[in-house]
Amino acid sequence: MSPRRRAAIVGVAESELGRTPHLTVLSQQARASSAALAEAGLTLGDVDGLFTAGNWSWAPALTLAEYLGMHPDHLDGTNIGGSSFEAHIGHATAAIEAGLIDVALITYGSTQRSDRTRGRPRPGTLTEQYEQPFGLPQPVGAYALAAARYMHEYGVTSEELAEVAVSARQWAARNPRAYHRDPITVADVLASPLIAEPLHKLDCCLVTDGGGAVVVAAEDRWQDVATRPVVVRGHAETTTHTSISQMPDLTVTGAARTGPLALERAGVTHEDVDLLAIYDSFTITVLLTLESLGFCKPGEAGRFVAAGRTAPGGELPMNTNGGGLSYTHPGMYGIFLLIEATRQLRGDFRDQPDQPDQPGRPGRQVEGAELALVHGTGGVLSSTSTVVLSRS
Amino acid sequence: MPDLPSIVIDAESKPFWDGVALGELRLQRCRDCARAVFPARVVCPHCFGEGLEPLLAAGTGTVYSKTVVHRAFGAFAEQVPFTIALIDLDEGVRMMSRIVGETPVAIGDRVRLRVTRLDDAPDAPQLPCFRAEVGA
Ligand SMILES: [Zn+2]
Repeated sequence: MSPRRRAAIVGVAESELGRTPHLTVLSQQARASSAALAEAGLTLGDVDGLFTAGNWSWAPALTLAEYLGMHPDHLDGTNIGGSSFEAHIGHATAAIEAGLIDVALITYGSTQRSDRTRGRPRPGTLTEQYEQPFGLPQPVGAYALAAARYMHEYGVTSEELAEVAVSARQWAARNPRAYHRDPITVADVLASPLIAEPLHKLDCCLVTDGGGAVVVAAEDRWQDVATRPVVVRGHAETTTHTSISQMPDLTVTGAARTGPLALERAGVTHEDVDLLAIYDSFTITVLLTLESLGFCKPGEAGRFVAAGRTAPGGELPMNTNGGGLSYTHPGMYGIFLLIEATRQLRGDFRDQPDQPDQPGRPGRQVEGAELALVHGTGGVLSSTSTVVLSRS
Repeated sequence: MPDLPSIVIDAESKPFWDGVALGELRLQRCRDCARAVFPARVVCPHCFGEGLEPLLAAGTGTVYSKTVVHRAFGAFAEQVPFTIALIDLDEGVRMMSRIVGETPVAIGDRVRLRVTRLDDAPDAPQLPCFRAEVGA
């Protein structure tokens, strides 16, 4: 078998984050795309595959292609929630390996904070009609049900969940673009208002506007690009349910399937991973994911995080941008996981000084990071997609 | 007061909601693998068999998980705090429901069906809620 043509991420960018009432989902994606292509030294004319996900149009890929003035040869509007963009990486890589396209553009944009539409009850259709009438706030209520079962089965405490938010905030302090950068403690998380027991406000991701773009290019184009390519080594995606009541086991996510499969396809093991980018819609999401991926035994992820293993200076740095909990979370966060992992593997933060307020403490750059595991979770723990990226 | 969102009943769900209005919980059972099925569909999610027949649930089950909701959206905001549970019915399917009645429930507790409205509005739908068996 001849070696397949490899694919790599050659450009990444965020658009304006936070609150952006002057932008639309389309202008956000245009700005992010422009910046990501410029970073790579490519133009829109080089792009032959367009990937996007959203619920802001009946056919988002078409709406976006028209706005950008593109007639791409390859369109992918796969929407499996916040993990869509990790799936897009896999699909784009497969298309590149197959020789269908040379350059893929993956984008996302959201104005959910300015719109204030998140969570508004709608009439329940199809299978939603069996859950929606009871009034569970989504998605937080579904994650609360998972957290309650997980704590019941393993004796995990709210303090252990809170450690995930504390770790995220320590990283956010190192990211000038993070929405919240002031340090927090476990006590702060527990003192924040209960939203759906056992989850407090600070167990929950932010609600922001924002957008992002990722450019993926075939191996034959790498010599043309202005950045250090970050190679896509492996990918896997799956779904276990759409309604939380139909999740087979509230303590095991699809990561139990996609984590090992993506690592196997990449030809690496857990021990080879230097850096984690894990979807943190809620603190519980991270604990379940670390265990389902196989980095911790069931019930032990809270103690793993509490011991500082994922915090700055820890052996397995996680969510080094501050994550959805502290940096940004415009509805479907998965694209930002890819952006951060790419920047880390390129060494983009190498020149940033240590924390001014914490002399001698490590900065944002994970020194010597060669391999990153990026893991998206969509819906209510409904879909997962895992991507393995490497520096070479 | 904002309206409670309506339920969009379809051809497959109509028997279920008709049953709820009569105080019943209607499920399905697969003739091929004998497992209970919920929500209703035309193929069995366990064996892809097409022989699905009606199954009347006993209306009893065990709490698999639960959350007390303190912030809710729309009309539900006025109902907080309230308890949502995932209930493992004795027939072997899991459903979401609201816990009603004075007695709080914990994971593992036994619960029983209680069809009721969550709102005083005359057009509020009858819903298959559950209450604690102890102290019921
Ligand atoms: Zn069957």
